[in-house]
Amino acid sequence: MSQEEQPLGGGGTQSASAPGSGDAARHDDPRIVSRRWLLFKAAVGLNGLVGIVLAVPVFRYLLAPWRKDSSYDSWVSLGPIDSFPMAETRLAFYKNPSANSWDGQTDNVACYVRHAGGNQFQVFAINCAHLGCPVRWFPQSQLFMCPCHGGVYYADGSRAAGPPERGLFTYNWKVVSGELHIDAGQMPTLSNSAKLVKISLGQGDCSCRA
Amino acid sequence: MPRVSPPHGQEPVRGGPGTAKRVYAWFEQRLQLEGPVKDAALHPVPRSTASWWYVFGSAAFTLLLLQIVTGVLLALVYVPSAGEAWSSLNVLNHQIPLGWFLRALHGWGSNFMVAIVLIHMAQVFLFGAYKFPRELTWILGVFLLLMTLGMAFTGQVLRFDQDAYWGLGIGASILSRVPFIGGGLVHLLLGGPIIAGATLSRFFALHVFIIPGALLVFALLHIWMVLKLGINDWPMPGRLVRRATYMEEYNRLAHEDGIPFIPGAFWKDLAFSGAILAAVAVCAYVLGPFGPSGQPDPSIIQTVPKPDFFFLWIYTVLSYLPPEMETPFILIAPLIGIAILLAIPFWAGEGEKSWHRRPVAVLAVSTIAICFAVLTQLGTSTPWSPHMSAWSGDPIPVRYLQTATPLVRQGAVVFQAKQCRNCHSIGGAGGERGPALDDVATRMTLDQMRFKVVSGGGNMPAYGKNLSAAEIEALVSFLETLHPANEPPAYDASRRAVDESRSQPNAGAPPANPAANRGTNP
Ligand code: FES
Repeated sequence: MSQEEQPLGGGGTQSASAPGSGDAARHDDPRIVSRRWLLFKAAVGLNGLVGIVLAVPVFRYLLAPWRKDSSYDSWVSLGPIDSFPMAETRLAFYKNPSANSWDGQTDNVACYVRHAGGNQFQVFAINCAHLGCPVRWFPQSQLFMCPCHGGVYYADGSRAAGPPERGLFTYNWKVVSGELHIDAGQMPTLSNSAKLVKISLGQGDCSCRA
Repeated sequence: MPRVSPPHGQEPVRGGPGTAKRVYAWFEQRLQLEGPVKDAALHPVPRSTASWWYVFGSAAFTLLLLQIVTGVLLALVYVPSAGEAWSSLNVLNHQIPLGWFLRALHGWGSNFMVAIVLIHMAQVFLFGAYKFPRELTWILGVFLLLMTLGMAFTGQVLRFDQDAYWGLGIGASILSRVPFIGGGLVHLLLGGPIIAGATLSRFFALHVFIIPGALLVFALLHIWMVLKLGINDWPMPGRLVRRATYMEEYNRLAHEDGIPFIPGAFWKDLAFSGAILAAVAVCAYVLGPFGPSGQPDPSIIQTVPKPDFFFLWIYTVLSYLPPEMETPFILIAPLIGIAILLAIPFWAGEGEKSWHRRPVAVLAVSTIAICFAVLTQLGTSTPWSPHMSAWSGDPIPVRYLQTATPLVRQGAVVFQAKQCRNCHSIGGAGGERGPALDDVATRMTLDQMRFKVVSGGGNMPAYGKNLSAAEIEALVSFLETLHPANEPPAYDASRRAVDESRSQPNAGAPPANPAANRGTNP
């Protein structure tokens, strides 16, 4: 038969009969078979080993963002305390401490600063304690309202109504040479802001990190 | 001019049928596809499977191909960078000729694909097609559904606008509720501590490489099994599936009363796929692309984020769940749902296929469909969300104030200025979070209203600290006028006794109906 008419290759059974193995008696020789299988298993084992060695750096690379909260947080300034009038709640902005040049506007983070009187402040996260939507402050009624599922908070950040289980997340703050600094760096969520907060309906007064 | 003879063994290429055949043979000799393709195309299928009910799977695959093609075309322009993605989408929409149409095709293709996949699943379930020997086909199908939803969500993120930004925030907030490792999972999801450049990059990788790769492999395996195991025969009431005999019965059906898959059954698939593609194109052309909405700038907080259509029902569920049930529900319910879907073919792998004799199956599908429709409808109108600009945007209807006293008018001002309107509608305008107040005076007495305003309760914040006594008085005076002309306001009987005894000294005064001298709405 000419090669032109026949399919090239020709299927598993044919290619299995490699040159040199034509002798049926040698097929049965347990030594040859076991040597081939040994080599095969050794080759599989080698690949497995290399695979494991390679998997370690791959996993390390994939898990790189999984870090302690403290490694993301740092103190950032919200500007001079004079810009936050007494007994008022103002929107303030800061640049997230761990920013990349390709972040665009996403590292512009907003928060609410309430000057509670004297040298006392409250700094609230913009993110609703329910599922993180941006709450809006209404000075007329002294309420924060959430546009997503209708959560409402009082001026001191405590829960007033709606699905949130607790008050607004607050940042730790300090005043350094006339400027208000907050400990920020992560999107505030229940996992990084709620560890020490006892959830109680109706009075979500909390001092927690965000 | 000397003639150059072609090299040995190679014919000069000339036109004509002989050449075409030779070219075909040259390829076939190397590819050897003719046999398997012929087998697949001509394999006999039961005559009953050539049905319009059996066209959804192929339509879903066609849509997958459309998504791949349009996705690749969009990737020619799209910039997967948090700083530039939004502008590149606007360039696509407004500057590149027909860029908007490609975006619209991809967006509508996605919606159609989710819809068709869901319909396909419901059909397969109702026709008992998940039963022996097609259990694995169903299981792969469940994963295909999950991946399709995954594509829809990651695609919404790549449309890097305000909705995408806050949608990611919601996703992160949900993940953060996982006990112990929630914080780490959020970091993995976002690629860092906040939604930023790293987040978009990883969603790009998910949407463009990881999920589509898996989706394609799974879809091909799914189709492979359909070819190998045969298309599900039309379910006949009383014809039960038994492991021991099914294959033989099916083969008899396919060979004795069968037709070749192509063209017998396939023409309907082709026709329906074509119609679906046309429908996507028409929607894309008429309704245009989705977004992008506002810039993904978290310092712009005047935004009302909303998920895409197929996630609206989740949005509704999250607003209505009681707070204490929320975390268990959103973390456990999806797992239970997936486990049930995966368990169905093992739990009911044999027996009746026909929906005529499976009332529970029919009931389950209709219940889910109705719930989905209702929850989605609610998610569209979001009655639980305050209308953030109602207080300054929706006026009090004039007829409510025409005969009003100055005190009542002042109350109306308080009502607007203190954002009551954001949650309570009057005259059909305003929020729906709380009850509409057009006839509140018939439901509550003056004292009850005063109490509710001051101390709140339920979903009503307490306004006691935020309103002066005069403001509260004006507000409830206004509320008391809110009743139909032919229905008097609710009045406290004990209060009436007090008022009457007070009015005893000046006899002749009419029994006190305080609303009477405050003016009522006509
Ligand atoms: S995110 Fe604010 S109420 Fe749900």
